[in-house]
Amino acid sequence: MDPYSKRKKELPERPPESTRPSPFPDEVLELVLGLLKSNKDRSSVSLVCKDWYNAESWSRTHVFIGNCYSVSPEIVARRFPKIRSVTLKGKPRFSDFNLVPRNWGADIQSWLVVFASKYPFLEELRLKRMTVTDESLEFLALNFPNFKALSLLSCDGFSTDGLAAIATHCKNLTELDIQENGIDDKSGNWLGCLPENFSSLEVLNFANLNSDVNFDALERLVSRCKSLKVLKVNKNISLEQLQRLLVCTPQLTELGTGSISQELTERQYTELENTFKHCKNLDTLSGLWEVMTPYLPVLYPACTNLTFLNLSYAALQGLELANLLRHCPQLRRLWVLDTVEDKGLEAVGSNCPLLEELRVFPADPFDEEIVHGVTEAGFVAVSYGCRRLHYVLYFCRQMTNAAVATIVQNCPNFTHFRLCIMNPGQPDYMTNEPMDEAFGAVVKTCSKLQRLSVSGLLTDLTFEYVGRYAKNLETLSVAFAGTSDWGMQCVLGGCTKLRKLEIRDCPFGNAALLSGLEKYESMRSLWMSSCNVTMNGCRLLAREMPRLNVEVMKEEGSDDSQADKVYVYRSVAGPRRDAPPSVLTLSVFTEGTSPKCRRWGCNPYFCDMDG
Amino acid sequence: MSMRLEHDYIGLSSEVPPMESSDKKFSAGGLHLKATELRLGLPGSESPERENGNSQLSIGAKRGFSVAIHGGSANWVFSGSPGSEPAFSPRAANAGKVITGSDSVPVSKDGLPQSPKPIAQEKKNQILGVNGHGVAAASKAQVVGWPPIRSFRKNTMASHTPKNDDDAEAKLGSGFLYIKVSMDGAPYLRKVDLKTHGSYTELSSALEKMFSCFTIGQCGSHGVPSRDGLSESRLIDLLHGSEYVLTYEDKDGDWMLVGDVPWKMFTDSCRRLRIMKSSEAIGLAPRAMEKCKSRN
Repeated sequence: MDPYSKRKKELPERPPESTRPSPFPDEVLELVLGLLKSNKDRSSVSLVCKDWYNAESWSRTHVFIGNCYSVSPEIVARRFPKIRSVTLKGKPRFSDFNLVPRNWGADIQSWLVVFASKYPFLEELRLKRMTVTDESLEFLALNFPNFKALSLLSCDGFSTDGLAAIATHCKNLTELDIQENGIDDKSGNWLGCLPENFSSLEVLNFANLNSDVNFDALERLVSRCKSLKVLKVNKNISLEQLQRLLVCTPQLTELGTGSISQELTERQYTELENTFKHCKNLDTLSGLWEVMTPYLPVLYPACTNLTFLNLSYAALQGLELANLLRHCPQLRRLWVLDTVEDKGLEAVGSNCPLLEELRVFPADPFDEEIVHGVTEAGFVAVSYGCRRLHYVLYFCRQMTNAAVATIVQNCPNFTHFRLCIMNPGQPDYMTNEPMDEAFGAVVKTCSKLQRLSVSGLLTDLTFEYVGRYAKNLETLSVAFAGTSDWGMQCVLGGCTKLRKLEIRDCPFGNAALLSGLEKYESMRSLWMSSCNVTMNGCRLLAREMPRLNVEVMKEEGSDDSQADKVYVYRSVAGPRRDAPPSVLTLSVFTEGTSPKCRRWGCNPYFCDMDG
Repeated sequence: MSMRLEHDYIGLSSEVPPMESSDKKFSAGGLHLKATELRLGLPGSESPERENGNSQLSIGAKRGFSVAIHGGSANWVFSGSPGSEPAFSPRAANAGKVITGSDSVPVSKDGLPQSPKPIAQEKKNQILGVNGHGVAAASKAQVVGWPPIRSFRKNTMASHTPKNDDDAEAKLGSGFLYIKVSMDGAPYLRKVDLKTHGSYTELSSALEKMFSCFTIGQCGSHGVPSRDGLSESRLIDLLHGSEYVLTYEDKDGDWMLVGDVPWKMFTDSCRRLRIMKSSEAIGLAPRAMEKCKSRN
């Protein structure tokens, strides 16, 4: 018996079969559309006609909500009755960098309450930048008997007690993925809460945790779970312990090691080497916390089929990286620390012809005295060797316009270009000019560009270029840049596919903000902090655009008329009611003027559920 | 001790200091607090006279130059003859020299494009203590949320590199041990990772490579003074050569000669390195060194 109520009772009457346009019975249509996995395709399908809209709604099992406040859980449940998997994103991205007040919102609890009643057979929940309390985790564990997969990325509000609740009650758990969260690590034995006969785990990632886990419980768990494909341990797991785990798990495809810093005897070293020789199925390797570099060679045999190598917590030198990369011929994605310096990046260029993604993180971003790291030379070297590169995140302390021009000439297929010159407002260090031409080259050459982060000394010219050329741009991040409102106006006017715009510390004011009046409804969100926007500008925006939520966060001691932080997003759920006192929600209702004649309700042309 | 000649490596003439501001008088041997007073500005905003000076500089040199010491110039008492100043400490001397090298730093704020906001202003007011002990540490304001690194990464890397207030020179991670290396006459310091070297010889050759561009105008062990210090033949043997002496500061704060103790003991106790001119080490008069250099 289908747990969900029969559709015929809920929807308006359909015309008789002979006059219906579609020759297919609804069930067939649903079956066919059920095979569609891509959200974009599903959105398109739902626009064809009412029948297809209904069929799509009924056949959908996974929903992605890019902004948890753009829609309410009730609206989601009404439209999609058969959801088994939910992905939700909450706070604005700048909350990762402490720009959003701690209690801002995005609490999962109100969603769980609705899901418990509407989706009792929910299986998967993936959250990013949401607030999740231990109570919510317990509620989740107790109210969803089929629950299988939990993934928490960059969330906060919970502790290891919450994990214990999940471990205790979720009998069908296949995935527990805890990444980079603000977790209250109370230690304790959450892992031991998994029942002794429990064996369904396929993904376990607790690299986030700083405390020890019960190793015996872990070892027994890992040997029981024959389907375990992903295991990422935390840095407290020693090499010796890792070796014992790996012996039980030759089928692993993704491994996150513990620390590589324990002193090994020769026998231990050989044993470890042999164990890694048997890890032939690995496509992803990460961890390597506190790596003692003489032991790196022990990993070499496991690297033959690696496509993703995450060394972003391992402070390797250039030479060590070079030696390691020689054993990774299949590498597609590489994350490193800038301790490898330009020499290391030259090695990347020489050894990784298939590389598609490179991320270089700074080892010491806040230390002004550090004078090494990577420079433009390293990036250029990579671009000569890795022609398939299309995703880059690069933190550096110096860059030139000429280097960037060379880089995009070598690699014109960039879809994601995120360059962070760490000193705000720094010009081309050789010519002293602004970095306008660098980003001009990027947008002119890389027609597929979807995501761009700019940095360095930039005038409005950069944004003129962006508006004129970046026609596929969806996400733009700007900091300490621009000269006047004109810059932001160019972007809003020119980037037709823009969905997310986040700006901090730029001289953009009300004129710029209001130039996007008509645009924001086609975007997911706009963030502006430490710019020149005033409360009046925000009020005007809220008044003119009732379907936008305009939220202002004030900082202590700031001028009453300034809007320090502004977050604007489209929503069919109306202004939210759970904002803390420091967040002002400006809406047409609070601003006291009559709303424009637009209908509320779930408008399929509008639904932000697909991002 | 003349500082001017040390400017050659960055392409500035040795005659007239191409310093833009006319009020920047500078002379060897004198106390010119105004000369040591540096002004602030965004890196790279130096005036145009410094055209090609930058191209020879390596990573980060810009940063070292353009961040200035704000006030507190009294702390940077500059003495022309290090030997003669009883209160002189190597640290201050190095600092002084760095200032010297960077005295073309000054910034005309007029030349800057409109700077965005108070936050950026705050950033400009960051004070850099050259020797790691920030002169006005209180003013070192960090821009919130910049660079954009997630808290988890920040906290993880921070725990890897414990920062002691009194020991800011040695950055110890489990994979590396970075210590500062200064060289007399060089405008900026470098950092070297002691863990990547297994012996004194390795360290010495690494340091030679790092600092070879600064060794010009020396009456080197080759006996032939040369104009251009960038050729490879000018490598100095730091351990055995006569021009420079490699010294280090140990955990007790004493300056020791490198090479006496076993390597492991050395890496455990070394907090920073200084490549000292032999003349200084044995207290020769600075003018004698000047003559030597002026044969350039």
